[in-house]
Amino acid sequence: MTVEQIVSEGKDQFPIGMRVLAVDDDPTCLLLLGTLLRRCQYHVTTTSQAKTALKMLRENKNKFDLVISDVHMPDMDGFKLLEHVGLEMDLPVIMLSANGDTKLVMKGITHGACDYLLKPVRIEELQNIWQHVVRRKKKDRCNSGSKDKPHPDSGEAAGIGNVDNNGKLNKKRKDQNEDEDDERDENGHDNEDPSAQKKPRVVWSVELHRKFVAAVNQLGIDKAVPKKILELMNVEKLTRENVASHLQKFRLYLKRISCVANQQANMAAALGTADSAYLRMGSLNGLGNFHTLAGSDQLHNAAFRSFPPSGVLGRLNTPAGLGIRGLPSPGTIQLGHVQNSGNPTNDLSKLQSFVPGNHNTNILQGMPMSLELDRLQHNKNVGHIGELPTTDSMTVFPGSGNLVDARITGFSNNQLLGVTSNSLMLEGSSQQATSHTSVSAIGFQNGNALSDFTSIAPASNQLQDSKAGSQGQASPINCNAGQIIRSAPQEWNAPRKDAPYQSHASINSSIPINGAMIQLGQCLDRNNSIFHRTTDLDSVGPLNFVDPLSIKHSEGDNSIMEPSVIEKEGYLMFQPRPHGSHVPDNIGSLEDLASAMMKQVPTNLSVLLQEGGCNGYSLRTSI
Amino acid sequence: MDVVNQLQRQFIDYSASLHREGFLDDQFTQLQKLQDDNSPDFVVEVASLFFEDCEKLINNMARALEQQQGVDFRQVDASVHQLKGSSSSIGAMRVKDVCVAFRSFCEAQNREGCLRCLQQVTHEYSLLKNKLQTLFRLQQQILAAGGSIPVVE
Repeated sequence: MTVEQIVSEGKDQFPIGMRVLAVDDDPTCLLLLGTLLRRCQYHVTTTSQAKTALKMLRENKNKFDLVISDVHMPDMDGFKLLEHVGLEMDLPVIMLSANGDTKLVMKGITHGACDYLLKPVRIEELQNIWQHVVRRKKKDRCNSGSKDKPHPDSGEAAGIGNVDNNGKLNKKRKDQNEDEDDERDENGHDNEDPSAQKKPRVVWSVELHRKFVAAVNQLGIDKAVPKKILELMNVEKLTRENVASHLQKFRLYLKRISCVANQQANMAAALGTADSAYLRMGSLNGLGNFHTLAGSDQLHNAAFRSFPPSGVLGRLNTPAGLGIRGLPSPGTIQLGHVQNSGNPTNDLSKLQSFVPGNHNTNILQGMPMSLELDRLQHNKNVGHIGELPTTDSMTVFPGSGNLVDARITGFSNNQLLGVTSNSLMLEGSSQQATSHTSVSAIGFQNGNALSDFTSIAPASNQLQDSKAGSQGQASPINCNAGQIIRSAPQEWNAPRKDAPYQSHASINSSIPINGAMIQLGQCLDRNNSIFHRTTDLDSVGPLNFVDPLSIKHSEGDNSIMEPSVIEKEGYLMFQPRPHGSHVPDNIGSLEDLASAMMKQVPTNLSVLLQEGGCNGYSLRTSI
Repeated sequence: MDVVNQLQRQFIDYSASLHREGFLDDQFTQLQKLQDDNSPDFVVEVASLFFEDCEKLINNMARALEQQQGVDFRQVDASVHQLKGSSSSIGAMRVKDVCVAFRSFCEAQNREGCLRCLQQVTHEYSLLKNKLQTLFRLQQQILAAGGSIPVVE
């Protein structure tokens, strides 16, 4: 549910009527929980199966405001569900358990839970859970808005913070919402900048983003200040504020990528082989995720468990961000301002440029960029898999550039994520896997993936072991990764030696990316089909990522990259890099990127970046 | 109305004794408070669900513990954990306490200890079931006599 929506619909009655989805395999507890929630006047849906819950959530992301889930469930671990929800839907999730071990609670928090309740749960505790919904909305709103101006949101947030006084809060919120809504409407959609100035929305096109990245690189990520960036970019009608908010997102993106990169590295290896499955990432909003990066770290943290919170994948669902959605929100795609260790940043930017280049926007759209997984859901356009709206509007990536980043981040993440989790481990990726293990951690993966990731890190071998378990989940992430990779690969085409994946064919076209995206989306299903979907995209099949990269090389076939990568998972995850040093085609680059970022091993990435394979991407050139 | 009063007094006393003896705790009182005109049989419903669930879990545990080849303690622990959750949700304090001890035996992989706990759990569960059935019967009698169920704080 978008903030606006919530605001407009529930304004008057919220928290009454708040839609809660309760999941618990214990019928006694479920009945009790449902009754308690109804007693609080929420609108409750209960299910004892986590899979059913996910299905319901995926069907319509906007159907629920909050999810409460038990930790111990037979069909799916509560934490995995938590990760999935966080990644794909960016909804607040409350964990519930009879076990109050500090470790478990910590695990819940790192996975992105916004609260952890102990059984037996009392009605008093449930009466205030609506605060999490409000808080998240505010956070999203604040994130999407411009940084420069003091948002009315903050005011609201402050107001909302006072949960004791519900009535007053609601009223205040309402008033503020009204104000914001007005402003928002005037300002345009995604930019929820409540500032009074109604600036014309800036669309961060690929070109623009490329310039931005180039400027940032020139200045150095640490020294890049909006003013100087603006000067370097020398674009008319671009204000410092625009640049500032874009920079913020970029930084978050970089940060996210770096975390993910490590994991991804591992995964990447695995991913390389993954088939489109991971592309499936179902809800990959690709871009959306990206945004969330900027926004929430919760998810991010949760996802990576082991990763630092800088989180990439956090719940990227920042409404604005979702570029993929088709909202050209300027900031949306902003690649998250992931601050990777020095190298990565550059790389990222490079990568970023790649994506933007794809006007195919579809690609971007397709790329749920694991990060955006959530977003994908929102964006129908994104269609995740296969649906990638071919609309030229970059909507998918608002800033195409962003997408790239997103991809990258996602990619790395996915890779790792997807990879680790399941079969992603590319066969060949062993080499890569080792390096990238860290990346995989990226939260993309649905909870499962993450877990897998950690395991993957060890070596590509693991990757190979498609972990069945994670597959299901990992796939989503993988998909992203795949997609990202795919999209990226294009750019990277560079020297991939492996070119095995050259599924290229149309890779350049948005397809690959789309494919990736799609695939990511599909990943969820674990069917490699996702990638396949993108076949037209260009072969980016699950491996899409990889392919894009390879595509450049080989131009020949669209074989989508040999999804040697994990295909089990369907993730496109990167194709196994032959030597591990190179990212196997596209994926490799992502992985490399990720790993490079994480580990500061620039080898692959930098190579990738430098090689630029991407034609249009400034990345290449800039590299 | 003397009958009703009598029944009500009986109900209160019985309820108090159950609490005193640790069969029920405050959570059960909360459940009773949740019962209202919209859900008049709420407590009975929850209790029935609990009993069913309990039986299923106990069977699972028994089966797992009987494995001669090797007991899967994780599985036993999962069942115990769930039982702990549901018993605490309904307010079945004694059952829950046994579960707590049960879990530590599971962690220690102590089959004997687990079997003992299983016995205890089964025993407590039967006791509780009987007692609650008595309580519910009293409730029904009160309602049949035209009275209302007193709220036991």
